[in-house]
Amino acid sequence: MTSVFGPKELVFLLSGLKWTILLSAIAFTGGGIAGLLVAVGRTAERAWLRRAMILYIGVFQGTPLLMQLFVVYYGLGLLGIQVPAWAAVTIAFTLNASAFLGDIWRGAIQALPRGQTEAAIALGLPLSSRLRDIILPQALRIAQPATVGYAVQLIKGTSLAAIVGFIELARAGQIVSSQTFAPILVFAVVGAIYFALCWPLSLYSARLEAKFAAAR
Amino acid sequence: MTPPSSHPAHTEQPLILMEAVEKWYGSFQALKSVNLSVSKGEKIVLCGPSGSGKSTLIRCINHLEVYQKGRIVVDGISVADNPKAIDIVRQEVGMVFQGFNLFPHMTVLQNCMLAPIRVRGTGKAEAEATARQYLDRVHIGNQADKFPAQLSGGQQQRVAIARALCMQPKVMLFDEPTSALDPEMVKEVLDTMIGLAQDGMTMICVTHEMGFARQVADRVIFMAEGEILEEAAPDTFFRSPSHPRAKQFLGEILAHH
Repeated sequence: MTSVFGPKELVFLLSGLKWTILLSAIAFTGGGIAGLLVAVGRTAERAWLRRAMILYIGVFQGTPLLMQLFVVYYGLGLLGIQVPAWAAVTIAFTLNASAFLGDIWRGAIQALPRGQTEAAIALGLPLSSRLRDIILPQALRIAQPATVGYAVQLIKGTSLAAIVGFIELARAGQIVSSQTFAPILVFAVVGAIYFALCWPLSLYSARLEAKFAAAR
Repeated sequence: MTPPSSHPAHTEQPLILMEAVEKWYGSFQALKSVNLSVSKGEKIVLCGPSGSGKSTLIRCINHLEVYQKGRIVVDGISVADNPKAIDIVRQEVGMVFQGFNLFPHMTVLQNCMLAPIRVRGTGKAEAEATARQYLDRVHIGNQADKFPAQLSGGQQQRVAIARALCMQPKVMLFDEPTSALDPEMVKEVLDTMIGLAQDGMTMICVTHEMGFARQVADRVIFMAEGEILEEAAPDTFFRSPSHPRAKQFLGEILAHH
């Protein structure tokens, strides 16, 4: 059954957008929190912790996100552990995003002059304060363009959640496209919606960068 | 500064005691059986050629470097006996670095308030009052709300001294504090250090400022290749160094003065 691309189809796409935004928020929040731990572990003094994080980053950066989603959702199911789609998506995106964000932030932490940590240690600041007051505020500032760049990738990457049944924006576009036989129009609209979502982030990032540069 | 300590038990005991301290970087021995005793109020100048272990020595005192053998006791506390004591030692030992190492994302005032608040649990108002007091003392009170990058090198180093003093340490370590400064800024930092010395602070200074050593030091210690080769009062050391390496070193650095 075919139809034309009208208000009903647009609403369907927007309901897909809702999932895209929600999935992005979950992935970025989970990935952000876990990514901080990965970054801190990757730069820790303990060699075994650093090595474990190198392995973790290697595995989750080096395998496709699609496969990771597949393994968490269907793989755990095969082992008899029933994972709801929501949980599977949350776990897979958190694992994947934390590897990328952790590595970005690791680079920023290592870019800080060694003297920053030494001065903080010499003042007697405990590790928690060194991280919270000295290292992370400076590192996250350095990493801000790369972090926003990754967030934009992540928004587009949420389309892979379709594999476990989410009808997010890209999947919704596919469905509408096959109903209307107007793929060029539909995917132009889908693309415009993605763009409208990502472009403000990039703009915001550029503004922040200018602000930090001025504060130096 | 603070009035003299009223603990008679502490008066005889050295503030810093290093016994047979040895340190290796892999197979390179950076410190060879270093023995050093510093009494309260004493000012020590450590000098020697580059790579002689001067910085390594003072960095062992607050455990920025680990050492493999020997013992260091600071104000009666030995970290070897109790690893948790590292935190206490670091609170009692202030350090000033060659490269200032101020926190660039914080104002001058915030730089000075952070450690008292986070480490000593001082209230914000009190930490600010203390910070302003020490910033005034290093003549930089009117710059308190600026960021480090807005200050000259000499001003930054004076802030770094104030930041360390805000923890009210018992001893101050200076690791080549004027080596990264433009010549016209060296004096303002040295004057600050001289003022601190006159107030009775215990100080160990790694420096090649021989004028400062003459004026302030109780003892000059000469190191080469990880060993203390000579220890003497500044007059004696500069007039008649006994070790050939010390003679050679003095000849080299004084040739330019």
